[in-house]
Amino acid sequence: MTGPFETICSLAKELDAGRISSRELVEDAIARTETLNPDLNAVIAMNKPGALAAADQADKARADGANSPLLGVPLLHKDIFCTRGVRTSCASKMLTDFVPPYDATVVKKLHDAGMVSFGKCNMDEFAMGSSNETSFFGAVKNPWDLNRVPGGSSGGSAAAVAAGLAPLATGTDTGGSIRQPAALCGITGLKPTYGRVSRYGMIAFASSMDQAGPMARTAEDCALVLNAMAGHDPLDSTCADISVPDYSAGLEQSIEGLRVGIPKEFFSSHLNDGVAATVSAAIKELEAAGAVIVDVSLPSTDLGVSTYYVIAPAEASANLSRYDGVRYGYRCDSPSDLQDLYLRSRTEGFGEEVKRRILIGTFTLSAASYDQYFMKAQQVRRLIAEEYQSVLKDVDVIVGPSAPNTAFVLNDGSKSITDMYMEDLFTIGANLAGLPAISVPAGLVDGLPVGMQLIGSRFGEAQLLNIAHQFQIRTDWHSLTPDLEDLTG
Amino acid sequence: MKWEKVMGLEVHLQLSTHSKIFSSSATAFGADANTQTNPLDMALPGTLPVLNHAAVSQAVVFGLGVGAEIGKVSRFDRKNYFYPDLPKGYQISQFFEPIVKEGVFEVPLEDGSIFPVRILRAHLEEDAGKSVHDAIPGHTGIDLNRAGTPLLEVVTEPDFRTAEQVVAYLKALHALVTYLGISDGNMSEGSMRCDVNLSLRLEGETEYGTRTELKNINSFRFIERAIHVEAERQQDLLESGQGVVQETRLFDPDNDETRSMRSKEVANDYRYFPDPDLLPIVIDDETIERIRDALPELPAVKRGRYTTELGLSQYDANLLTQDRATAEFFEACCAASNNPKATANWMLGDLSAAVNKEGLAIGGGKVTPEGLGSLISRIDDGTLSSKMAKTVFEGLWAGEPDVDRIIEDRGLKQVSDSGALETIVDELIANNPAQVDQYRAADDGKQKKLIGFFVGQAMKASKGQANPQRLNQLLKQKLG
Repeated sequence: MTGPFETICSLAKELDAGRISSRELVEDAIARTETLNPDLNAVIAMNKPGALAAADQADKARADGANSPLLGVPLLHKDIFCTRGVRTSCASKMLTDFVPPYDATVVKKLHDAGMVSFGKCNMDEFAMGSSNETSFFGAVKNPWDLNRVPGGSSGGSAAAVAAGLAPLATGTDTGGSIRQPAALCGITGLKPTYGRVSRYGMIAFASSMDQAGPMARTAEDCALVLNAMAGHDPLDSTCADISVPDYSAGLEQSIEGLRVGIPKEFFSSHLNDGVAATVSAAIKELEAAGAVIVDVSLPSTDLGVSTYYVIAPAEASANLSRYDGVRYGYRCDSPSDLQDLYLRSRTEGFGEEVKRRILIGTFTLSAASYDQYFMKAQQVRRLIAEEYQSVLKDVDVIVGPSAPNTAFVLNDGSKSITDMYMEDLFTIGANLAGLPAISVPAGLVDGLPVGMQLIGSRFGEAQLLNIAHQFQIRTDWHSLTPDLEDLTG
Repeated sequence: MKWEKVMGLEVHLQLSTHSKIFSSSATAFGADANTQTNPLDMALPGTLPVLNHAAVSQAVVFGLGVGAEIGKVSRFDRKNYFYPDLPKGYQISQFFEPIVKEGVFEVPLEDGSIFPVRILRAHLEEDAGKSVHDAIPGHTGIDLNRAGTPLLEVVTEPDFRTAEQVVAYLKALHALVTYLGISDGNMSEGSMRCDVNLSLRLEGETEYGTRTELKNINSFRFIERAIHVEAERQQDLLESGQGVVQETRLFDPDNDETRSMRSKEVANDYRYFPDPDLLPIVIDDETIERIRDALPELPAVKRGRYTTELGLSQYDANLLTQDRATAEFFEACCAASNNPKATANWMLGDLSAAVNKEGLAIGGGKVTPEGLGSLISRIDDGTLSSKMAKTVFEGLWAGEPDVDRIIEDRGLKQVSDSGALETIVDELIANNPAQVDQYRAADDGKQKKLIGFFVGQAMKASKGQANPQRLNQLLKQKLG
């Protein structure tokens, strides 16, 4: 028998041994989701018949001799990934009726690997947010404390995995949207190198930074899934044509002598004391495993947030122009003319945060402010990327907190928009520089999870996963689960 | 006061790729609405552009064809504006780093001289779809078949002063792109669209006046007319002390006027920025040289060769190189006739007249270059008189392929054989002693008239097939 919090690796063994079928696993996952989701609001679309049919197919394939570690394992997709025939909304009113005629490459690849998708996860609208409160479908609750946010924008994915609805959920990360919710929900989330995973069929927010990745219980699971997700895609010009190593192969390697850089700017006044202490203790674990701790500096860290909040909205302002009420998506009632159609469809179809970012982006790209904002931000982006690259010549990996705080309370009126943007302070650098980064559970503060972030060199996912796995061998923070007994009754 | 027109051109050429510039949809003209679209063309969420490299090669071919510098690293940018026929809400274009940079394009004018036009740049971009106003009553439909069709926008410096120069440039550009095989240049189908930026200034002035942009004029005739009426309109404004407003205007051929489309005072800020979905286009020297080596002979080179090597007039050379099909017809015809001058005369004479009457291109009729060539060689070898040649040409025009067969079937062969002609002449002299005596007694002037009788009789005897030159020679010899 398996419980809801099993890893993919252990489920694969159970499936392989014939102790459980994919059908049973998927039925359990659907049942648990149906029970818990009314409180969590992590899942916003279910595909029960399709999932059960796919599970049966996986069982049949296994009976016919097929054997892959992902075959028959259930998963949830962030609702940013297009799923053929299944509503894909990006958690926006704008796309509440949008049913794509194609699968995103990530969806197709995981399907081809035998995984069974049974639903779509809630998220911040168009991935714009760090709390999952901007969703048109309402906020997601953190399974560790239902009064708190799960983080964002992949908050539904993080909450789903943390609550044991599925052993895996896909996420996307533009400024920390995999790592921050993974940290706040106590799971493991990997943002690969920009270009490692295809963006085709993934609804664009900021195209130069958007990257899909796995969100699971362990680094070992993330490695398994990345093996299937990564690789060249002729449908995405920015997807690198670089061979995909076996990310599971090197997990057991020792990290003795590994050079770990700790940027002093990551332990600044913005960082919550409890989080700081927890991450410092986790770094000690790495040291105990033989890693060499080195103090490093990323002096432009403080510029990251403002740089990001110029570039990302600029790209988004263009990416979201296609939602105009003309061909698909939300259209206002009886428009009087073309201008009215555009104005009201977009005013009514987009939420407040999305509109704010479209306006910021439209402003920073305008002829009068292009040089002052967009160009300047591009220059600072290059500077930040160079700082990371230069530090990564000296150390193997950069380590620090994933987020400045633990999960904060829902609808916290005291948190300003800029406070919210500061949530991304430590994660944004990896996006601006295009580097891979992973968040692993590192402890609890007041009963709430804390994440440690590891940032590696371009296409250095194997090493990140190796370090994260070695950390998880020595610790059991990733095995902690929230108490949901009140909900399961 | 004498006003001078100053004009610069922006020409959009539709490149002749089979699929769109960023999607695999077909680009054929005239298909049913929205049948040549896929999720990318409709800008469905999550779709991404993938560059069609054929469009890049064709842009490089064009750049080399106008002797321009090729951008080693060029980029795509997004040009942002809302319009129902623009599905993404932005057009992918090249703003900051175009693929073709400065060059000079030599344009042949009517008088045989060369007018150099400075090319400022040429950049790749995608076409928009189109609004359809009459298909659904009370509604505007959108047809996205054209959306994503690859365009090359060719921008010149403001080098034009007359409408004739503009038309000559467009004709030369049309010739060039059809030679290069990178566009069919079909103006009526929108494969070649022209915007004219026009301003006036007093002659001798060096500053430019305020310009207007005349959009999408789709025939050579309309361009000339549009320039004329817009220049007159601007002149009236300037002479009455009113200023010209910088704006886009549309030529209305029915009313012979230009009309304001939209004022640039409330101009769109297109918010150009580099498109993060596409990688820079990097073209190395090796690729450029490979493309250069594969270029066909360009019109300018052909013109030079026709005048110097083939001895044609500049005028004829210009006409024969106006498009690739005409030049290829000419060259194939020459190969069969071995007489370039006569070939030029026949093509620009009888053949042009015949095809023009039917509204066809030079090769559009049934006359093949080989047919016309062998017709010419049959004139040159004395088989055909020029009168007979016209009859043979009629046969070719009607679709009979073989010149010798036509000659045979209609009994058109000239008798040039000395033996056969001699027999006729000898008989004639023997049967007409009075006329022979009269001829022999006459002076030179009278002889010229009297010989006509013998020629006429001999022609009659040969059933019109005697070679008149040979006949004349023989008669003079035997009578004299």
